[in-house]
Amino acid sequence: MQKISEFVAGLLFGLGLLLSGMTDPGKVLGFLDVSGHWDPSLALVMGGAILVGVFAFALAKKRTTSFLGGALHLPKASQIDRRLVVGSLLFGAGWGLAGFCPGPGLVSMFSGQPKAAVFVAAMVVGMILFEVADRYIHRPRALARGRT
Amino acid sequence: MVIDWVNFTPWASLGGGIVLGLTAALFILLNGRVLGISGILGGLLSPRVGDIGWRLVFLLGMAAAPLVFAMLAPAGFLAAPRIDAGYGLLLAAGLLVGIGTRYGSGCTSGHGVCGLSRLSPRSLVATLTFMAAGFAIVFVARHLF
Repeated sequence: MQKISEFVAGLLFGLGLLLSGMTDPGKVLGFLDVSGHWDPSLALVMGGAILVGVFAFALAKKRTTSFLGGALHLPKASQIDRRLVVGSLLFGAGWGLAGFCPGPGLVSMFSGQPKAAVFVAAMVVGMILFEVADRYIHRPRALARGRT
Repeated sequence: MVIDWVNFTPWASLGGGIVLGLTAALFILLNGRVLGISGILGGLLSPRVGDIGWRLVFLLGMAAAPLVFAMLAPAGFLAAPRIDAGYGLLLAAGLLVGIGTRYGSGCTSGHGVCGLSRLSPRSLVATLTFMAAGFAIVFVARHLF
């Protein structure tokens, strides 16, 4: 049951991204180009998603287990720190350069777009670079400060 | 600012957004996980025992999406994606997105959809920050050069 639900979630998420237009970098960049010919579509994507999500997460916060009985993992981090801001700045810059964020990049690659595959490959390399850097640079310092 | 009415797709985008919201709802309520793509993918790169299978199954579902979409949607419903960036730019963009989403602990789905739905101030800051960076980069690329 758990596995079916995971598969369906991945499938539905991909379908939602395709329907919404997020898998078209031209459309994403049209949204990010506020001072040019602005395409507000993606504001509706976010709005529609959050409209539904708000109720789901309000319900989730009241529970300790999922409806399938497993643990319910809600993020515990609440600090607004340099990692959050610098990371988001780098991500936003990359998003603005090509018009791909992680989900649409993957779906576009699965659609057979070679350019999306190049983006995803570079993204995975970036994630690995982060893992390596985090392991050897940040974690010892964070541990020294008593943070994990 | 001029609204680009030609490319504006209010109903498809709102509908797609609602599907994304329903999926995030399903995922947290049934599987107990926040649906964040960079986190799901990134977790595979520092694998822990018992924490791999669900990520792979989710990605497998995502991989099936284009085929299923093609079966469900009328022919020609989706315009061909416009990927204007060249390979060099795509490499740079991918690296930035990979490093940035892991360093900032989330992307458009984890912070943008789920975080804002959780009313998390941390995710609001992240979302405003990556949006602002996106707006700035596109402004520089399209209007200053």
